Amino acid sequence: MTATVTRPADATPPAAAPATRRRDRAIDAIPWWLKLIGTVVALYLILPTLIVIPMSFSSASTFQFPPKDFSLRLYENFFTNPVWLSALRNSVVVAFLAALLATVVGTAAALGLHNLRGRLARFARTMLMISMVTPAVVIAVAVYISFLEWQLVGTFAGYVLAHAAIGVPFVLVSVTGALGGFDPKLLRASASLGAPPLRTFWFVTMPLIGRGIVTGAVFAFVTSFDEVVIALFLRSPDVQTLPVQMYNSVTVEIDPTIAASSSVVVTAVTAVCLLVQFVGGRRKSR
Amino acid sequence: MPGTVRRRAPSPQWLLVAPALVLLTAILLVPLGRSVSRSVGTPSFTFAHYEALFTDGVTLTVLIRTALTAAVVTVITFVLGYPYAYLMTRVGPRVRGILMVVVLIPFWTSVMARNFAWIIILERHGPVNVLFKLFGLDLVLYESVAGVAVAMSQVLLPFMVLPLFSALGAIDRRLLLAARGLGSHPVAAFWRVYWPLSRGGVVSGLILVFTLSLGFYVTPALVGSPQQSLVAQLLGQRTTQLLDFEGASALGFVVLVVSLILVAWANRIGGTISAIGVVATNAPSATKGRS
Repeated sequence: MTATVTRPADATPPAAAPATRRRDRAIDAIPWWLKLIGTVVALYLILPTLIVIPMSFSSASTFQFPPKDFSLRLYENFFTNPVWLSALRNSVVVAFLAALLATVVGTAAALGLHNLRGRLARFARTMLMISMVTPAVVIAVAVYISFLEWQLVGTFAGYVLAHAAIGVPFVLVSVTGALGGFDPKLLRASASLGAPPLRTFWFVTMPLIGRGIVTGAVFAFVTSFDEVVIALFLRSPDVQTLPVQMYNSVTVEIDPTIAASSSVVVTAVTAVCLLVQFVGGRRKSR
Repeated sequence: MPGTVRRRAPSPQWLLVAPALVLLTAILLVPLGRSVSRSVGTPSFTFAHYEALFTDGVTLTVLIRTALTAAVVTVITFVLGYPYAYLMTRVGPRVRGILMVVVLIPFWTSVMARNFAWIIILERHGPVNVLFKLFGLDLVLYESVAGVAVAMSQVLLPFMVLPLFSALGAIDRRLLLAARGLGSHPVAAFWRVYWPLSRGGVVSGLILVFTLSLGFYVTPALVGSPQQSLVAQLLGQRTTQLLDFEGASALGFVVLVVSLILVAWANRIGGTISAIGVVATNAPSATKGRS
């Protein structure tokens, strides 16, 4: 999409003489104020990320920017304080299990819906996607009240189930995307050669849609790992996730360790996203 | 697969869809449905909890404040997003790639890290306050609705820029050159030729940003003032502190219905939601599968 859209503007007729082409460009040059606005908006978009990293090396015990002295004190606290460590561990476990569940059921649903047509299939797809367009706080309130009765508030099972449910749309979208270029004749070819369905899935379908599954799984993991609104409602004194602990450190404790935590999370998430893009890109170019 | 097999209902493919449907139904749809029935069925069938929203003197004020904040955020993202998206259609592929990555950064940045950063930036003695003082302004954006709007606009900019970019990219810019070649003033050429063609992307961007603004919980709670809460905080407070489950369910249902109507509207205009989902999950070919 992006590649084709600007073509018309760039494509000058080959017959045009160099002189006229240069004049065209002068008439149609990008004005300086547009470049200025673009730069300012770009800075605005990356400003929070730019602030977080230097803050994490601060040695002060307040939220002062720019920090006066630099040290690794906040990182030391983040990786040694049992409260932060257990929050980190809880988040990793919850995000892993939620992503696993979302990926398994989401991939299966994408495969099934790929071969289904009609109003019922469209309705099912909409139902699976609904959490993407529902405000998180509305989900959180409804889930919290029901989970209270089901005794899932503050339990691992509660976090995992809720996060898996909001992770499914990401898996569905990315696997459906990967299936777009998938030729169903391959399945018949595999079956006619005597492969049972599971074997076909593993050796034919998987390699072709693997990138979509991995992308979906990563997004489901990151979504859960970073999710704070539902987790704030489901929290208990015993089981808290990292975003909730970060929330507490701003609202209750005024604990600057959040700066180290933020920087670790931002770096890790960016690294994972870039890795997926890099691996995916390499496989595509092969 | 032979057509005869598929015509026999129900297709075995539904077995693959079933686990996801069960999960989503049990974890999301049942709680949401119970919350609706709770809001109209406690103690017996009644609209009292909905009437209370408009007569308790608090909820209506908060709803109006939330809508105004959402409107301000929508205007900010539009004013910044339109030129940015336009610039994206003008630059070469390399710069466009950089601008695209920059737009997607808010998607990647952790929610809590981003809000923490905005507290640092906006608080008294923070960089923004220092900058204001240089111009003789003693204005603290932290713990104000203005600060909330600044922080929310940053994270919502992608939802304005992406639909705008796909709309603006589809416009043939030679029309502008033609208008100017025929003697039109640049502003008139933009207003009479370019702007009308971009309107579809503008409308879907505006609706999308406005809708998403309505549900913000963390940013108003952390960057805003407790005296000027928005609807999401009110929902949280009613649920966990006042334990007014019926009132919270009624309010939640109002927010949900308004959001879904607006999203469906935006989706009808531009297919925006699928575009956002696709960009967010980085799977370029998915647009064809959905719709």
